[in-house]
Amino acid sequence: MAKWIPLWLHKLSSPPVFYGFAGKLRPWAIALALILGAIGLYGGLVLAPPDYQQGDDYRIIFIHVPCAWMSLFIYAVMGVAAFIALVWRIKLAEIVAMASAPIGAAFTFITLVTGSLWGERMWGTWWTWDARLTSELVLLFLYLGVIGLYHSFEDRRQGARTAAFLALIGIINVPIVHFSVNWWNTLHQGSTIRLLGPSTMASSMIWPLLTMMAATKFYYIASLFGRTRADLLSLESGKDWVREIAEKEVRG
Amino acid sequence: MNPTRKRRLTIILSILGAAVVASALVVYALQQNMNYLFTPSQVQDGDATRYKNFRLGGMVKAGSIQRSNDSLKVTFTVVDAAGAMPVEYTGILPDLFRENQSVIATGHMDGARFVATEVLAKHDETYMPKELKDAMAKAHQGKHIDESASQDKSQL
Repeated sequence: MAKWIPLWLHKLSSPPVFYGFAGKLRPWAIALALILGAIGLYGGLVLAPPDYQQGDDYRIIFIHVPCAWMSLFIYAVMGVAAFIALVWRIKLAEIVAMASAPIGAAFTFITLVTGSLWGERMWGTWWTWDARLTSELVLLFLYLGVIGLYHSFEDRRQGARTAAFLALIGIINVPIVHFSVNWWNTLHQGSTIRLLGPSTMASSMIWPLLTMMAATKFYYIASLFGRTRADLLSLESGKDWVREIAEKEVRG
Repeated sequence: MNPTRKRRLTIILSILGAAVVASALVVYALQQNMNYLFTPSQVQDGDATRYKNFRLGGMVKAGSIQRSNDSLKVTFTVVDAAGAMPVEYTGILPDLFRENQSVIATGHMDGARFVATEVLAKHDETYMPKELKDAMAKAHQGKHIDESASQDKSQL
């Protein structure tokens, strides 16, 4: 074992420890996601002023942009987990990668649908084959490919490893989606929120957007932990720790 | 790290590296070939002659919009830094279409004019309340700063 990894992280990768840890954290993540989501939506849909050129139509940004960020963020998490799963064959990493795929696919789908609605109102078209829209659609297909490949194997661990390979190669698409608006002439506008340099959005509109970003992150944690726990139970169904939990459930 | 893991790490890193290099080359090549749109000056330089249908992108010149009285026909001029191109379109324009707005028109050349079958409005990545925009426009007055899309929708 590598010496630079702290002991608690090693312990966390053991299924029973992670099962308990995720179970304790999940209610907090759900609560934070709901509270922050309510605050963010109220701030975005009610408190934030209308935009100077798009009026009230721009408010779909408070759904569209956080979901788009999550579609990329979850893919990055899935890619890293897939890498760990392929090299170190850690069962938890396989499960995390595979449990992330449906959540990421859902966020990507919401991004495409809300973007389409917004585009119809502002640009005058539901869809156009510009670089940003096309690469985001490719991202959805990558997610669906990972899900499909995972489920096409009888042996779930072998399915997970094969799908992890696709997930890992597909990670190349993440920077392409992000930088597509800079690299090519697109109908889609450039990035509003920038880590380097000033953002081009009034502060009264930015805070609900950042709150929604936090809410979607917590939702992802809650959803991922729930899925991971369920998958851990079914994959480890013959083990003692699962039997103990099952017996406790029956008795309680 | 044991030898098996080291071997797997090397294999996976080299495959990933090869895939990154391959896609970087594809992206680099597409940057030169893949044109979503042509600007008026590019069209006038003859860059778009090999396409029958293409997209023309640029800014709607102020004062150039002329609407027909008895049909949906609209003519306007699309400009970029160095060129201008008259455009003809029949149909319903998007809400954001107005003077000094970036638009992308799909269509073909008919002589010197561009006949569009679809006109899309492009908007920028700036979001701010109308009051702030008005205040900024006021501060900019007299400094002769050309603000793109400074008119409000209702003034069209």
